[in-house]
Formats: sequence, structure tokens, C-alpha cells
Amino acid sequence: MEPYASTITDLQQRLRTREISAVEATTSLLNRIEQVDKTINAYITVDREQALAQAEAADRKLADNSGGPLCGIPLAIKDVLCTEGLRTTCGSKILGSFVPPYDATVVARLKAAGAVILGKVSMDEFAMGSANENCAYGTPKNPWATTHICGGSSGGSAAAVAADECIASLGSDTGGSIRQPASHCGVVGLKPTYGRVSRYGLVAFASSLDQIGPLTKNVTDCAIMLNGICGHDPKDSTSLKQPVPDFTAALTDGLQGMTIGIPAEYFGEGLDPEVEQAVRNGIARLEEAGAKTVAVSLPHTKYGVAAYYLIAPAEASSNLARFDGVRYGLRDQTAETLQEMYCQSRSQGFGPEVKRRIIIGTYALSSGYYDAYYKKASQVRTLIIGDYKNAFSQCDLLASPVTPTPAWAIGAQSDDPLATYLSDALTIPNNLAGLPGMSVPCGFSAAGLPIGLQLQGPHFAEEKLLRAGFNLEQRLGLSDRRPPLA
Amino acid sequence: MKITEEQIQYVAKLARLDLAPQELAAMTGQLDRILSYVETLNELDTSGVAPTSHALAVTNAFRDDEVKPSLAREKSLANAPLQNGEAFVVPRVI
Repeated sequence: MEPYASTITDLQQRLRTREISAVEATTSLLNRIEQVDKTINAYITVDREQALAQAEAADRKLADNSGGPLCGIPLAIKDVLCTEGLRTTCGSKILGSFVPPYDATVVARLKAAGAVILGKVSMDEFAMGSANENCAYGTPKNPWATTHICGGSSGGSAAAVAADECIASLGSDTGGSIRQPASHCGVVGLKPTYGRVSRYGLVAFASSLDQIGPLTKNVTDCAIMLNGICGHDPKDSTSLKQPVPDFTAALTDGLQGMTIGIPAEYFGEGLDPEVEQAVRNGIARLEEAGAKTVAVSLPHTKYGVAAYYLIAPAEASSNLARFDGVRYGLRDQTAETLQEMYCQSRSQGFGPEVKRRIIIGTYALSSGYYDAYYKKASQVRTLIIGDYKNAFSQCDLLASPVTPTPAWAIGAQSDDPLATYLSDALTIPNNLAGLPGMSVPCGFSAAGLPIGLQLQGPHFAEEKLLRAGFNLEQRLGLSDRRPPLA
Repeated sequence: MKITEEQIQYVAKLARLDLAPQELAAMTGQLDRILSYVETLNELDTSGVAPTSHALAVTNAFRDDEVKPSLAREKSLANAPLQNGEAFVVPRVI
């Protein structure tokens, strides 16, 4: 097998036995990127030189057996995470030449573990989008059907894993941005509990919702990546001091004694029959593995999108005020006054979706509208959290679709922002409640597009999610399937 | 209409954004539809419901008040569109 096609566990084994070196593995990945990224466009920046230097360092650690599970493993990082000395664009023109002076904590942790950073992968501008079509550097293609979207906003992170252009990647999830592209690209994606992972060095979109997580080729790799990034960080006061278990430890146990709730509202109107069939088949496999299922109701699910599209833009309008042309990023050099400079730099640097959300957020927070919009949405958020509390009094996890449909054709929804917002209806409530959530591949449509099954749990239930995901993966046997790429 | 071009223009100004005339027209139509949609929240009676700002709020995230090294000035200034080696340079404010 070509090294680029490996999982973390496979490659780790071959590196440890010195069957291949980290430099050879990294070269295999760099060549693979060269070969397929012309078609897929998953990468915004490839850092060949640094990747090979990191691989050499990993080889030295491997030689004296001091490398951990991620030592020498080539990874891709969503371009929303700061990487010291490596351009970080956030998919935006406004950060087109931004070279961070420090690493995000997650990147620093992966580097310290000996991982190799191949480069930075595509995303919707400032993580705002569900199709990765809002990127100033082009739209990545779905490796399973290159006429189709790969999902968003962590589209490059998902496409790069699916196309074997990295062994695993990091994404971020504010309203489904890890789980949705993972589902569309047939890879595993996990959004940890809010606060599990440090966000120091993550360019903020909506601070009460954002969370960083891994996208991988299988569930075991997902647990290994999670081990690498979780834990409290003094540089992020919202990160939690919760103890971090070894997430790989409990994967292989069966699901006896586990109760999985099936939320009626996630199987409602607008759900594609092929998606429903694949997800219900996945649920039957979970039952075979020993889980009991129970019907549950989360009655406020349908209000999630409306609440989210007030809360997230409101937070974004504040977070994105920092892009003003003063300390970093694009500046309009013709402006004569400070006000003109702010206005012109922002107007030239931001794309249409970012402007739209800044304006929605500014409006929702503006004098006279705050109670009607922002406060109302924050109260509905409380009701959505109440739904989950009630459901988790009856079950350990929830199983449902991730998205109502498989990936759509590129361009099919680009004129209708509201239609795209509504496609996030099944992933958004999770973020509003700060819960862990995961997408595990559970089937394909007749057209050959991947379909994911979403697992959600109460705060800190990552081990249960991974165990259910692992059992599902074993019983479906889909994780070796690869897209028909040349 | 929930929102007019004049209102969008005003909000854009608050957000330090200039919108070209065709951008403004498109944005007004889109925002009108989005705001109509979010009004579905009014179907819910939320009187007496406390708003949530963070699902897992951390309070009193204290740390020791120790002096630690911070980013060197030249590194902090390295990405500035204009700087003079000591500070960020901007157009005249007054």
C-alpha cells in the first residue's frame, strides 16, 4: 500500500518498525497532493520545505523510540488555525498575506507530538458556509464526485482526508462545520464538547459555539487525534480542567447496556429517502452491537437554525471588528482618513457571505432590536438545551442523520443563502448546547455520494460516541472504501 | 418588507462596511427573507426563560499573576501594513 493511503495506526506501525521513514511517508503525501490537488483543490498552502524538515526531526525521535502515536504522521490543518511562519488566510482575501507569529495551541501540541504539518486546507471564508463555496481561493471538489460540493466550512479538511492528501486533519465546528463535510466526504469527523480543546490561535467566528476537532479515515484514528489535542490550556480561559481520558482505551467494547435515542424531529419533512435508509440501517447495526434504542423528542429542534442565525452572526460581527487594516491583513492604501481606511479595507477584504453575516449580527445587536432578536434567540437556546437534558435522561446518545441530503452540485444553492442555512438544521442545535457530536460514514446514495450518521451525547461523552462509532464502523465495513480518483 | 435599503445602509455604516449599489439591493432582499425566517422564534413563548450565553460557562478562570515573556515587538509588527519599527502607523486621526 502507498503510504499516503494509510490510516494513522497503519502508518505508525510501519514507521515504528522502520519499514519506511517519516521523510518517505511525507514525500508520498506531498507527491499525492501534487497529483490530485489540481482536481480537488483542498489545499490553500502546501509547506513542502517545513513538512520535510519536521519529518526529519520525527525520524530522529523514531530512531531513539521517543516518538508518540502521532510521530511522523503527515496532517493537514484548516486554514483558520494559526501556524507560526506559515500563511493563514481563513479563506479570506483580507488575510491573504497573514503569517502568524505563533502556533495555535492545537498545532503546537501536534508538533510537539512529532506530527508533520503538510499545509493549510480550504474553508469557507472565516468558517461561514456549508459548501466551501465562500472561499477566496476557489471551491474544493468532493473526491467522490468532483461536480459536487465537499461541504463546509471545513471542506478542505474533509476532502483532503477522503482523497488521501493527508493522513488526518483538523477542522473547526461552529454549526456543523466538521460533521457536515465529514458526512459529505465519507470520513469520520468529531466535534468535541465545548471547552474540551483549547481555541488559542483559532481565528474566532462565534466564540460561544466554536470548537476544534479531528477529521480522520476511521474512528480509531479519531480517538488518537483527540488524545493529541484535548486538555486545559492556560492561554484559553474557556478551556476546561476536565480530566482527559485515553480515548482509544474503550473503543472495542460492545454496546451492551447503552441506550440510543432516536429523535423523531431529525427524521421529518425534507429528509432524503436514501439518507433515511442509510441512517436507519446504521441504527440497526448499533442494535446488533448490543445497544437498545428508544424514541425521544426534541421539540425545539426546528427553531435551532433561526436562533443560530442571530447568535452566530452577532458574535461574528463583534469578533470580526478586529480586521480593520491596522495590525495585520489587507489595508486600502488610498484612504486618507482612519474611518475611510477601516471601511475600504473591510469592504475590499471581506467576501459577500461575511458581509451578510456581519450586517445581520450588527442589526440584531443594534439599539432597539436587541431584545427582539439577540435576547429572544438566547432564550430559545435555553429551550433547546432543555430538550437535550430531557432526552439524555432517557438515553446515553442520540443517533440521527447529519444532513438532510447528500452533497449537492457545485453552484446549485449559491444564490440562496437561506436554503443553505436550512441545510444545517440537524447539526446546529448541538453547538447551541455545547455537546460533543460525531459523523461516522453509514452508506452511499445511488449516485455514489457518502452519507454520514450523527451521534450526539451529553457533555464529555466523547468516549461513548467513539465506542458507538467504532462498533458501527466495524459492522458496516465501509472505512476501506476510497473515492474513484485517478 | 422587514428591512429597507436605508436601514441596511445605516447598519453597514455601523459595521464599517461600504456596500456598492447592487450589493445593497441584493443584501436587502436576502436579509429581508432571513429576518422573516428568524421571526418564527416568536411562535415560542419565552417569558420567564433565562437567556443562555454559554452552554458550559466557566466562572473565575483565575491564574497566578506571573510575568511571562510575550511576543517580541518586531514579531508583533511583522504583519502590519504600515509600521515604523516601534508602532503601527495609521492615517491621521484628527
